[in-house]
Amino acid sequence: MAYLSLKGLQKSFGKTTVVEHFDLDIGKGEFVSLLGPSGCGKTTVLRMVAGFESPSAGEISIEGSDITALRPSQRNIGLVFQSYALFPNLTVAENVAFGLKVAGVDKSSIDKRVSEMLAMIGLPKFGARYPFELSGGQQQRVALARALAVRPRVLLLDEPLSALDAKIRVSLRREIREIQRELGITTIFVTHDQEEALSISDRVVVMNQGRAEQVGAPHEIYNRPATRFVANFVGTLNTIEAVVKDGNNRIVSLGGQDIRLPKGTSVLKSGETISLAIRPEGLTLGKQRLPAVTLSARIEDVQFLGSVIRLRADIEGQRVSLDTFNRQDEAPPLPGSIAQITFQPSDLILLQG
Amino acid sequence: MKWSKILAWVTFTIGLLFFFLPLLATFEFSLRARRGVYSFDAYQTVLSDPQFRETFAYSVVMALFTIVVGLAIITPTAFWVRLKLPRLRPYIEFITLLPLVIPPIVIVFGYIRLYNTSSWLPLTGSARGTDLLLMFGYSTLTLPYMYRAVDTGLRTIDVRTLTEAAQSLGAGWATIILRLILPNILVALLSGAFLTFAIVIGEYVLAALLNRPAFGPYMVWMGGNRAYEPAALAVIAFAITWACMALIQLLTRFSNLPKAQR
Repeated sequence: MAYLSLKGLQKSFGKTTVVEHFDLDIGKGEFVSLLGPSGCGKTTVLRMVAGFESPSAGEISIEGSDITALRPSQRNIGLVFQSYALFPNLTVAENVAFGLKVAGVDKSSIDKRVSEMLAMIGLPKFGARYPFELSGGQQQRVALARALAVRPRVLLLDEPLSALDAKIRVSLRREIREIQRELGITTIFVTHDQEEALSISDRVVVMNQGRAEQVGAPHEIYNRPATRFVANFVGTLNTIEAVVKDGNNRIVSLGGQDIRLPKGTSVLKSGETISLAIRPEGLTLGKQRLPAVTLSARIEDVQFLGSVIRLRADIEGQRVSLDTFNRQDEAPPLPGSIAQITFQPSDLILLQG
Repeated sequence: MKWSKILAWVTFTIGLLFFFLPLLATFEFSLRARRGVYSFDAYQTVLSDPQFRETFAYSVVMALFTIVVGLAIITPTAFWVRLKLPRLRPYIEFITLLPLVIPPIVIVFGYIRLYNTSSWLPLTGSARGTDLLLMFGYSTLTLPYMYRAVDTGLRTIDVRTLTEAAQSLGAGWATIILRLILPNILVALLSGAFLTFAIVIGEYVLAALLNRPAFGPYMVWMGGNRAYEPAALAVIAFAITWACMALIQLLTRFSNLPKAQR
């Protein structure tokens, strides 16, 4: 049985529906990210779980008990905000102790727990400071400690890294994941940053227009996007048009060559034009042995980025981009030159939706 | 020194003179009670007048009650409007501005008509009832200032996120307002309280027409019957106002508010 279960969640504001038919089961201790562009409904889902928005329809349950009608203060769900939301009139220690005081925990237990929490986030000597005396990263760690101090059943993270600079973001997301693993707390992480979602999640839910487009492990989402939206939103993608030559045998014609699409590709109609996608890292410069497909391309643009060279090339009127490693003994191709570009048919993704 | 800096100093000095010269003149005049020499006779007369002490004490008590009632009504209202009903803000602001448009005399006649001894709620029939009426009148008069002060304070903090953070930690409304919202808008509350105090201390119309022994009517009576004492009274009133301001500063400094919030 799922630990946290969202069934048929729906939320409308007036005539606008922001979340519809949203189903998700999360296991105990699982780290799930809700990923999507602004306005896709991911924060609304999070706010419904927290209790700040009432679903127009659907049910939220933890360990089988329905919490949909409970007030936020009755749910025991920890929440970390993008803007930290530390109480400015309280010190770091008082902030962390806030939930415990509200719960009526005795002073010695509070002091012990606060010390544990501050040690866990690496700020053991910061208890007497006020939030304004801390950096953004430190404030967010305190916010995390405050949310975890009350031992919540579920932890919700609402774009907690968005307000931080790039370097802190990377180190803090690693810390968050370590703490989450250590405590084994069920976590929902909302982000619009695909790298963040892919790097720390057990599973990713890609959302679009209030619906879950695909739910899966990061590598599944990236390597086998279920819809065109997921393919475009997660990672960089080259889209190539091809004509189906033999639908039954999954053979398409691309750049004058017949290519057999991987098994599991949905049924195709002979003669139809389909969109195939391939990641830039699926393309390599130069010829390779079969079953690789090699196509002739005209190099349009070359960007030398040090260890990597980013190329833009034209294959029969279709523009693709690929990255290749810099080699000391080899000069990068020149714009306007003709080059061979190779890929494995198994790396092709048939775009649907 | 740059011309812009000189100009700034000149403007500042003119402003200072504009404000302080009349006060200095009033102070100088208040010292002339004894012919030929400067003395504090006028102050002595005022301070030893039992009516001064009674009316002043009465107005101070009324001001304190008005502040408490005003804060108890306005703080939760402004908080709720910011949190849950932001669309109502223009309407609430309009309502809070009404006391500036409707003269106090209209309010007091309305009160007398509604709550006279032959009405269904004869508040004017007793001294305490009339005091209550006067306090509500003061609360209405100070509404524009108190609401703006509280609302400005609430604008400086992220009310919604702080409230939600506290709720997610299990806090109820009373804890949120008393432990988080009020301490974070303390300075705004104090300025609202100070403005209320200053208005109540000098208010004349409501107190006079409800026939209560307040400081405002006493000052007017004094102005009409004495020569030097009203000037002394004006200086005392200024001193009280400044003392209030100093008190606010002190409270703010020694409160547990972090520096960034001051």
